[in-house]
Amino acid sequence: CSDVILQTHSGSVWRVTWAHPEFGQVLASCSFDRTAAVWEEIVGESNDKLRGQSHWVKRTTLVDSRTSVTDVKFAPKHMGLMLATCSADGVVRIYEAPDVMNLSQWSLQHEISCKLSCSCISWNPSSSRAHSPMIAVGSDDNSPNILAKVQIYEYNENTRKYAKAEALMTVSDPVHDIAFAPNLGRSFHILAVATKDVRIFTLKPLRKELTSSGGLTKFEIHIVAQFDNHNSQVWRVSWNITGTVLASSGDDGCVRLWKANYMDNWKCTGILKGNGSPVNGSSQQGIFNASLGSANTSLQNSLNGSSASRYFFPPLDSPRAGSRWSSHAQLLPPPPLIEQSCDADTANLQYPHPRRRCVSRPLNLLPENEGV
Amino acid sequence: MDEPDAEPPLVVVPGADPSARQLCFAWGPAEVLVCETLFGRAGTGDGAPSSSCVFVVRRDQDIYIQTLRKLFNESHGIFMGLQRSEEELAGKSRKAQLVQVSKNYRSVIRACMEDMHQAAVSTQDPALQGQYSTQVSILSAMELIWNLCEILLVEAATAGPLLLRLLDWVRLHVCDVDSMVREVLSSESPSKHKLFWNVVDVFVLQGRMDEARHLLSKEASANPTSMNMYKILDDLMKKMPVPSLGNTQTLTELELKWQHWHEECQRYLQDGTFASNPHMESICKILVGDEDAILEKKELMSTWYHFLVTRLLYSHPTVKPMELRFYAQSSMDLFLGGESSPEPLDMILMAAFEFEMHQVIKECSIVLSNWWFVAHLTDLLDHCKLLQSHNLYFGSNMREFLLLEYASGLFSHHSLWQLGVDYFDHCPEYGRVYLELHIERIPLSTEQKALKVLRICEQRQMHEQVRSICKIMAMKALRNNRLGSALSWSIRAKDAAFATLISDRFLKDYCERGCFSDLDLIDNLGPSMLLSDRLTFLGKYREFHRLYGEKRFPEAARLLLTLMTAHIAPCSFWMTLLTDALPLLEQKEVIFSAEQTYELMRCLEDLTTGNPEKQKFQDDDIETTKVEMLRLALARNLARVIVKEGTVEGS
Repeated sequence: CSDVILQTHSGSVWRVTWAHPEFGQVLASCSFDRTAAVWEEIVGESNDKLRGQSHWVKRTTLVDSRTSVTDVKFAPKHMGLMLATCSADGVVRIYEAPDVMNLSQWSLQHEISCKLSCSCISWNPSSSRAHSPMIAVGSDDNSPNILAKVQIYEYNENTRKYAKAEALMTVSDPVHDIAFAPNLGRSFHILAVATKDVRIFTLKPLRKELTSSGGLTKFEIHIVAQFDNHNSQVWRVSWNITGTVLASSGDDGCVRLWKANYMDNWKCTGILKGNGSPVNGSSQQGIFNASLGSANTSLQNSLNGSSASRYFFPPLDSPRAGSRWSSHAQLLPPPPLIEQSCDADTANLQYPHPRRRCVSRPLNLLPENEGV
Repeated sequence: MDEPDAEPPLVVVPGADPSARQLCFAWGPAEVLVCETLFGRAGTGDGAPSSSCVFVVRRDQDIYIQTLRKLFNESHGIFMGLQRSEEELAGKSRKAQLVQVSKNYRSVIRACMEDMHQAAVSTQDPALQGQYSTQVSILSAMELIWNLCEILLVEAATAGPLLLRLLDWVRLHVCDVDSMVREVLSSESPSKHKLFWNVVDVFVLQGRMDEARHLLSKEASANPTSMNMYKILDDLMKKMPVPSLGNTQTLTELELKWQHWHEECQRYLQDGTFASNPHMESICKILVGDEDAILEKKELMSTWYHFLVTRLLYSHPTVKPMELRFYAQSSMDLFLGGESSPEPLDMILMAAFEFEMHQVIKECSIVLSNWWFVAHLTDLLDHCKLLQSHNLYFGSNMREFLLLEYASGLFSHHSLWQLGVDYFDHCPEYGRVYLELHIERIPLSTEQKALKVLRICEQRQMHEQVRSICKIMAMKALRNNRLGSALSWSIRAKDAAFATLISDRFLKDYCERGCFSDLDLIDNLGPSMLLSDRLTFLGKYREFHRLYGEKRFPEAARLLLTLMTAHIAPCSFWMTLLTDALPLLEQKEVIFSAEQTYELMRCLEDLTTGNPEKQKFQDDDIETTKVEMLRLALARNLARVIVKEGTVEGS
């Protein structure tokens, strides 16, 4: 892969996001310079000197915002080519490109005034017909009087507008990031919030009010997990593709991974942390592989087990001793082929026992994993 | 009540200093990209690119190990066979079937161990050697655990056969002593070998009576003075009652016999029969199940579970499955003797002896780095209907959970993902949606791969995924200007809108360059032409060109007219069509009939009058000229055709 540096905005670029590949190679960016932009990668035409090479072209600039645009996200693909931006002045704007082949034409479809400075948005990815389009908005407003820094807006088919369906009253600290999990066919939604800690909520739609005109959904909201392990502000949260692992990044310089077992108990299953050691060379193109589950990068240690899965099961009566697998890396001589008088149906080969318990001879143990 | 939490595993990302910078990340399908950043900056920014790297962090490296490939592939076959196996078989035959499946899994593990061992022996690189030998070690532990689970859970051996199975298990898995045994047996006079008695002890400890007796006979012949003792000992060993696999005796009968024999051995011991030969005496002590005597031979047993089985053999051969736990616990305590604490493998085996399946699976999940083992074992236990009967109300969920984890891991591999598909198929609750999510993200680097993925989706009626993948491929092709490929993908996706778009591009290309690309494709559209009007037009238009090329002018003319009058052609193209009609009008032979000419004239008028947008035809010189030429040609044709049609043929 090659490096491309685009001089794009005239202020810090806060976020970038990809559109679904169905629309081509399309990116959107948003910036402190009060604009959001849509980019497309095109392959050079045959009559031009960039023939065969791809390059990025800015297709449109969205200039409606009067303040820094803090987040931009494409809507789920079943809604067409649509994106939402949010700004520091508290306005969420939803744009649509009616012609997906013409990325320079976007029309502003909705403007939602959230009354609070917005920092992040997330579309509900569910394509189920039972769920109306929904967008969650987070605010990093500092004032303590205003509660409910997370708002949920839902599209109302009758009024053809987005209206506020819910506000999470329990989130009263500034919110930096927010993310709906992939739906997996569930009836309820899962929302992760990055604030002074990591929080995971479930939103269960209750029956829509039948009496009010095209009523908004009411939700039953539960908090299913809250983690302060970062011990500092949490800046980003994001789900993996199956919505089974949540990653969070905090001011402590760590990325943490959170996973639920099939009993829906959430635990931390991994930490990525810098060690401050200088990296060779000023700009490296290489990709460095580290395996989850070990402090040491050797493959061997990745086999030595991770205690990650410990948290997948509900705890039983008494804690068990020992959680590390000590290996011994002795290369024992090739096993002799011994005829077995019994067990004729299994292979005739025997292998060095995985672990010896001979007390008289010293064991050759590998150094234990650090940090596990 | 939470267990004491060990810290979750830490992965070090070199470079980033946690006190100065933070990490940002993005998820890939199977990995996380991580990079240094600084959150909470003010907005002005100087825009200088940072010099940080992007790290790719992946879990589950095991799937990339070449030598484990066989394990994944073959166990997949066994898994599928198990899912499809007849559930109608009940009782004994079903059990036998399941035991066979278990044995198959184990033989796959052993085959893999062999390969791994070969790799370890043949490599020069010490790091690799270390890796391979660790793997062998882990695989052999897995097989050890699986074998025990097979005996206790799948086969559910009952008292009697249980002991025999456990003996087999021990003999198979304790091989530290093999080289010693071989050495003694192959020496010239074994009885003189310094390790002779060790080997006899080994045989006795493992219940290999015949072999022990055989060796002892050599000693006896070399040492006539101890003939008497030997005869007695030999006799005792010969008579030892053991459980049998057939139905030749009931448990009570065995117990009775065993009791008598035990008492006899005891008598000889108390009489001091073997007092003069400490080796033989210790053997006799073992025969009566003297724990201390057995424990003295620790080195020859090397594990507490060997000790357990030997103990059972000589003190309680009719042990019932449910009694195992007590003996197991005490054996471990006695053997380890407080000098060392149990290791994970010990805990897993202990849990198995206690029939705590859940604990076994949990512990295995913790110590093993990938889900292969627990996923397949749990699936097998579920088929044995064991997960429910043990009152684990999350039983079926646990099986599915583990299979989903395992299969998800497979998807990050460029070819093993195909195995993952089958596993998802057999996860009733979430399998399909997981498959949908994963399959959309497989990198479609080649057309073949895309077709393979599509076949899989089509087989499972995953229409949305089919459409999406075709659309993605079509877009890619379009971006690279491969219109033919884009068209065929959009036809496959049944995406009318996109087909229209691409047809428009074709037509635009034609207008600009005067020829079509991808003629083959357009000529052979067949019924898929009907997907969109524009596509139909494209196909028909091409047909027109073909007819013209073959000089089938009347047919071509008819087609051309139909294209306009039936409104198949878009208005924007009418001018082109009319221009195409020109050469036909100019032919020596009259082609268009009067009717047809009137139609053409009407089309021309429609085109040039009325709609203000069409005024621009008037403004453009070239366009005006064209229109004039057409009018002239049409008029001339009309004239000729009136004459022709008015003439009586022949005469």
